[in-house]
Amino acid sequence: MGLTGPYRSPALGGLAVTLSTEWAVAWLRGAAEVVAENRALLIDLDRAIGDADHGENLDRGFSAVVAKLDAGEDPATPGEVLKNAAMTLMSTVGGAAGPLYGTAFLRAAKALGDAVEVGPHEAAAMLEAARDGVVARGKAEVGDKTMIDAWTPAVESARTAAAAGASAGEVLSAAANAAHAGAVATEPLVARKGRASYLGERSANHRDPGAVSTAMILQAAAVAAGSVNL
Amino acid sequence: MKKLINSPRAVVAESVEGFGRAHADLVTVHPEPLFITRKDSPVSGKVGLVSGGGSGHEPLHAGYVGRGMLDAAVPGAMFTSPTPDQILPATIAVDGGAGVLHIVKNYTGDVLNFETAAELAEEEGVTVRSVLVNDDVAVEDSLYTAGRRGVGGTVFVERLAGAAAERGDDLDAVAAVAQRVVDNVRSMGVALAACTVPHAGVPSFDLAEDEIEIGIGIHGEPGRHRIAMEDADGITARLLEPITADLALTAGDRVLLMVNGMGGTPASELYIVFRKTVELLEAQGVKVERSLVGNYITALEMQGASISVLRLDDELVELWDSPVHTAALRWGA
Repeated sequence: MGLTGPYRSPALGGLAVTLSTEWAVAWLRGAAEVVAENRALLIDLDRAIGDADHGENLDRGFSAVVAKLDAGEDPATPGEVLKNAAMTLMSTVGGAAGPLYGTAFLRAAKALGDAVEVGPHEAAAMLEAARDGVVARGKAEVGDKTMIDAWTPAVESARTAAAAGASAGEVLSAAANAAHAGAVATEPLVARKGRASYLGERSANHRDPGAVSTAMILQAAAVAAGSVNL
Repeated sequence: MKKLINSPRAVVAESVEGFGRAHADLVTVHPEPLFITRKDSPVSGKVGLVSGGGSGHEPLHAGYVGRGMLDAAVPGAMFTSPTPDQILPATIAVDGGAGVLHIVKNYTGDVLNFETAAELAEEEGVTVRSVLVNDDVAVEDSLYTAGRRGVGGTVFVERLAGAAAERGDDLDAVAAVAQRVVDNVRSMGVALAACTVPHAGVPSFDLAEDEIEIGIGIHGEPGRHRIAMEDADGITARLLEPITADLALTAGDRVLLMVNGMGGTPASELYIVFRKTVELLEAQGVKVERSLVGNYITALEMQGASISVLRLDDELVELWDSPVHTAALRWGA
């Protein structure tokens, strides 16, 4: 089950059984890469139904995350990596996406706690905590044409995969695929939250940029699980 | 665009630096990340009050840092919310052990960023309560769906909650005073001419020479409707009517009245509006017990005014009259 879509397909395989601090670092670096590669796409999607800054803002934020990783000391746990990223995203992304992604990474970090190794159930719980954080902050529901339309299917697929005995890497892979499908499925929706909601019916026939960026970021998590800890 | 600035990007930092120099007896400016605290903070045992928002509304919020009002102000970029990495250290800096109240104007960016900062502060062991100010009665028919905006009533919330904190109320009690103010204050504004955000360089909206926007927000967001220019008494009646209706003011009510300039309106005109507002309220049997007239919450150099009315009770009058010493509001101290 590979990803198809307008952005880079991950090369999955050799998925990690558990996730390490190196995985978390690789996730963020990968997310920065995929966001940078798709900066123009995210801007175009946002121009159609928003204010055309999503690609620019996320690129700036994840570039800052990478700069911090390059400059700082190596964090001890995956949770610490994600918490540092959360703080950087909050201060650099701006708009609504800054606090939303900042909260997602913050809650993910909190869910992982001090764990050095993250197993499949913990990975699913991490995604669920992140999703719950976005919901708590943004008050959006599935079908509102927001990033929740990618997050919630991702969480559900991750839970299902973990329950079926998948490895942590497979859990992330399942989440990424579901997030991508969720992002694609936002296309016909009429936005009920966020700036696009001001457009009413005119917001239909466009993919939601927040859902697309969520799918990209979760894809990077899965790719990172395949490229480290082999 | 003609402005007394050096560079659009440096406006907020240079302005706050100057503010800090001018009021060094009252405040400390923390440059990176940017926030302003009361000189003697944290005040041990006192609830800390933190507010903030986009810059361009001066004297809000930094002008209200000091005894009897805010402990910290967190300025964002022009008309843009501050971020949690600013709000969090401001919150920690003013926690005197009794917790911190966040006073947040109801705009999506402000709400999301303050909520996130509150969550982070709780993790750091600071107890945080938040109150949302949403006093703008114009918003029913505005383009925006996030609910009523926070405007002039914010000044009253900061002052009255600040007074409650100063007299030693605990966090729940201070939050309750703030919420009581929110529940009893309504505002409405008018724009005669737009403002220009420095980095945009052009006016935020276009109004013809003979047009005004009734129900304008403090960032130039659309209001209820655009009408032909009228005289001051006519405009005043249009602003006051939805306020008194929404507050359901009746004969015998006592109120605090603010006639606020948006930044580009002379005091003489604000007093003309005040004169008519008092006349209309008195005709309804409403008594104006306290008042403010001047530039208290602005939108850069926007030409226009807003009216804010707060229904008073004995306790709120007492809190209002207690000593306050800030850069923009001072009496009894």
